[in-house]
Amino acid sequence: MKRIKTPLEEKELAGLEPGDEVLLSGRIYTSRDQAHARMTEAIRKRKGLPIDLRRAVIYYCGPAKAARGKPIGSCGPTTSSRMDAFTPLLLKYGLRGMIGKGGRSQKVSQAIKKYKAVYFLAPAGCGALITRYVKSARPAGYQDLGPESILELEVKDFPLIVAIDTKGRSIYGKA
Amino acid sequence: MKIIRAVKIAKVVADLCVKANCVLRSDVLRKLKEALRKEKNPRAKNALKAIVENARIAQKEDLAICQDTGLPIVFAELGRDLRIIGDLKQAIIKGVEAGYCKGNFRESIIRDPLKRGRSVYRGAIIHLDVVRGSKLKITLLPRGFGCENKSRLKMFNPTAGFAEIKQFIVDTVREAGADACPPYVVGVGIGGTADYAGLLAKKALLRSGVSSKKTVSVLEKELLFEINKLGIGPMGLGGKATCLKVNIRTFPTHIAGLPVAVNISCHALRSAGATL
Repeated sequence: MKRIKTPLEEKELAGLEPGDEVLLSGRIYTSRDQAHARMTEAIRKRKGLPIDLRRAVIYYCGPAKAARGKPIGSCGPTTSSRMDAFTPLLLKYGLRGMIGKGGRSQKVSQAIKKYKAVYFLAPAGCGALITRYVKSARPAGYQDLGPESILELEVKDFPLIVAIDTKGRSIYGKA
Repeated sequence: MKIIRAVKIAKVVADLCVKANCVLRSDVLRKLKEALRKEKNPRAKNALKAIVENARIAQKEDLAICQDTGLPIVFAELGRDLRIIGDLKQAIIKGVEAGYCKGNFRESIIRDPLKRGRSVYRGAIIHLDVVRGSKLKITLLPRGFGCENKSRLKMFNPTAGFAEIKQFIVDTVREAGADACPPYVVGVGIGGTADYAGLLAKKALLRSGVSSKKTVSVLEKELLFEINKLGIGPMGLGGKATCLKVNIRTFPTHIAGLPVAVNISCHALRSAGATL
């Protein structure tokens, strides 16, 4: 089991291979469909982004509300392929890690290889279990999107599996 | 004539929302544990362990099993000798709203599918049926969209054979791949019309036991075997368990057609029911 921290280091990422189990700690950002669409539009219109994408990790997740005294509610991954159309552009702007569930398109695999990024799988359908690894959550952008807004999460030892490595190789075989 | 007040119904629906989303169905949990016992692939074993542990934590800590508490579907069977004081549909909607609020569940449903935005809809899709007797049976099925997105319908020719139908169902699961949280429960609706086959497929997901129809139960077993040969496995990382169960529901159909609808459920197949 390898331990990695955010912001991601290129060297560290280069040592990962499909199937590797890692424990991720540090700051990550939640973002799903609408936040992806909005960030893409902002980049195209040369407007600012609410988060710094450089060496950042995005978690495809829209969590449930937190009960009193807890940082977050159930917070499992959503289907990554819905974000495929937006991903290459975000990689170009510095994104280096993505966490989700399921396969990615060939275009995304190629972009992952080009920018030496990594796509990880989180335990799919295990939103209650994943709350254990989230130490804190704070709003980080597009708050009007409600559950689809961007949150900054502080995670500790979040168990992930490398699905696509920096060479574009996939755990699912050919993309 | 038996009488129930709408406020009572709202309360029951609210409780069903919390129960369905936080306590995994015992038949599903049993199938998951069985799959864990049989699994040899270490990655698949770990994934199944996480799934079983997730269900335990959700129940213990009143957390949603999955953050996607879905679009709530309510099946209400109203006995014709029962009188309701108040508005049944309003009571169900109020109950859903109260239950989803109490459970701290995500506001996943938007009012306008075209404009999108954040105008939240706190209702449900309600299927109302009038039946014999003086009871009201309510079943809540929260539908997450990771798997709902993988639904498919095909209008076969009436002369289509079992092999063709099976191929379509297996292909639907293959296409879902790892995206919709395997191991799946596959609901299939055969017969009726295009829309009704979809409803049959959804209702099929509610069944916990084996079908009483021999042709259906044989087909279900064959499909389960075929689907598990795909080797998608838990989280799509390979292994024996791609599918926990296939549930088929049938209905009379036209001589000119054979509608077949597939409604896949993720491993967190949630539903809860109560009879008043």
